Amino acid sequence: MIEGILIGIKTALSFQNLLMVMVGCFAGTIIGMLPGLGPMTAIALMIPITYGFDPATGLILMAGVYYGAVFGGSTSSILINAPGVPGTVATSFDGYPMAQQGKAGKALAIAAYSSFAGGTIAAIFLLIAAPSLSKVSLSFRSPDYFGLMILGLTAVAAFSSKGNFLKAMMMCVLGLMLASVGQDTLSDIPRFTFNTMNLSDGISFVLVVMATFAMSEALTIIIKGNDPTKAAKQISLTDLGSIKVSKEETKQMAKTIPRSSILGFIIGVLPGAGATIASFLAYGMERNFVSSEEKEKFGKGSVQGLSAPETANNAACSGAFVPLLTLGIPGSGTTAVMLGALLGFGIQPGPRLYETNPEIFWSVIMSMYIGMVVLLILNLPLIPYIARILAVPRTFLIPMILFFSVTGIYLMSFNNFDIFLMIGIAVVATILRLYDFPMPPLILAFVLGGLMEENLRRSLLISDGSWSFLWDRPLTFCIMIVIILLVGWQIYNSLVKKKL
Amino acid sequence: MKINSVKIISLLFFVLSAFYLYTAYQIQVFSFDEDSPFNAKTFPIYLGYAGMFFAGLKIVLPDRKPIEVDPTHLEFKKTILLVITMIIYGATILKVGFFLSTSLFLVFSYYFLGERRWKYIIIFSFPFVAIFMYLLHGLLAVYLRDPLLKYIGIMG
Repeated sequence: MIEGILIGIKTALSFQNLLMVMVGCFAGTIIGMLPGLGPMTAIALMIPITYGFDPATGLILMAGVYYGAVFGGSTSSILINAPGVPGTVATSFDGYPMAQQGKAGKALAIAAYSSFAGGTIAAIFLLIAAPSLSKVSLSFRSPDYFGLMILGLTAVAAFSSKGNFLKAMMMCVLGLMLASVGQDTLSDIPRFTFNTMNLSDGISFVLVVMATFAMSEALTIIIKGNDPTKAAKQISLTDLGSIKVSKEETKQMAKTIPRSSILGFIIGVLPGAGATIASFLAYGMERNFVSSEEKEKFGKGSVQGLSAPETANNAACSGAFVPLLTLGIPGSGTTAVMLGALLGFGIQPGPRLYETNPEIFWSVIMSMYIGMVVLLILNLPLIPYIARILAVPRTFLIPMILFFSVTGIYLMSFNNFDIFLMIGIAVVATILRLYDFPMPPLILAFVLGGLMEENLRRSLLISDGSWSFLWDRPLTFCIMIVIILLVGWQIYNSLVKKKL
Repeated sequence: MKINSVKIISLLFFVLSAFYLYTAYQIQVFSFDEDSPFNAKTFPIYLGYAGMFFAGLKIVLPDRKPIEVDPTHLEFKKTILLVITMIIYGATILKVGFFLSTSLFLVFSYYFLGERRWKYIIIFSFPFVAIFMYLLHGLLAVYLRDPLLKYIGIMG
């Protein structure tokens, strides 16, 4: 393991990779800060650029963008009470009241220190957990993988879209349908190509991500008539106050950070749960831990109320990498985008990644940590300047996002058809967004589609067409039980609870 | 059962799944593969049924939180104009070239979204695209097709 860590440090600290972490964190902060545009959009916009680099560098850039976007989301939550991502909603509960009291700088510093500490603790957990889990997951067979993928999709559908389970499941099926377009991987038989050569290679992953996130988010902002930069005009973005944190406040944070980190990491590892649930749970847990006097301050600018969700959401972001790196199964929309990018590089994440591409495995883990250091020492002091991006009018912002989306696809295919297809998917996705159909399950399903079919194929062939493979192995059986419980709980929620 | 927009979308999804299922059954597999436990159409067939199942449930079951979007509060005109601009951009980018089509796309998009400060419109279109092209084509050596600039002799 020490050797691997050293390989990771060496790769991550090369001049090019260090530069990429900085560029990624900076770009991610800017995009993540814009309300409505989250880490998935930030990563999606970066994918065409990453294909110009080697896999390790490309992934390091994306990891930097990811952390930068989460940090940027916290910034807009604190400054203008407009969370860039759902994972930072809980941050605004106490961050925004602090900003209103003229302590925006302090709130940003507490958020940054908490994120850093949460990320650091989670990175250590990741260092320990990932290699061990990799070894365990070598014993997994196709039925287990198939079960895990179903579990991942069901969990994302259940947790990422509260009260919209059926809508999320429909989006999962739509994602799998889109993934099935093109030649069958084994027999090369064309499927759903409607005799057009443009679809014979299938639909590009970047196209679907750009269309369902970057482009449709931009169109949603326009059709709803939202102005993400409106709130920023009401506050001073240049005078944010001191970023110094007192000894008393540091003591308070020191109590909060360890417990929120552990909670955040565990929640992050679970498929589908992610940063949003982690931050809300950490906020709730912290409220129960503090004294009744401190409890009164929650929602009015409490240091612990701000520190807990920030620590937990960053720890959850690191935790989400565990299933991706060890099993090759993403547990969230963002890690699904990263899996898609990895597959684009020709790398199959999973238990063997640890052995076959140790430089990628370890450099991604190490670059996460370096990314957090960069965020702390570079982005925090620059916040008064970066925050001015919030004042860029949407009349310029939206066309730029659309331009980067179209250019991204143009550079990859030099094909009009792909651009038209992307616009078509973006329009449909915009309509679906208006009616609360969640997009992360669609992306996760699209990325997992090929792997899922492959594992189902192997399982059915081994069991000679019998579905008994779902309960023959104890592990597959346990996974299926969890899926049944999850679906049952969702049905109970939607039917029985309604009548009560 | 109350009909609302979500139910209509679910109904459309049901029809889409039915069409997908029909198309899945039409997939031609190799004759030796027809009786195999798994062939090229097995997974799509399951997907078609799954789509119809979930969409069917959504149509039949009552909505816990019905969502109604008021069309009078939506900015259809701007959105449609922007989509048309993107389609024209997509249609011209290969023939006209990256520089001119992108710059014009940005100019029209800024204008349609309500920007009237021409100084900024010009700065963030033609010079911006030129710098972007220089970074991509000149520094990162990413190929950008531009017949117009090639004809003029600016691009190699």
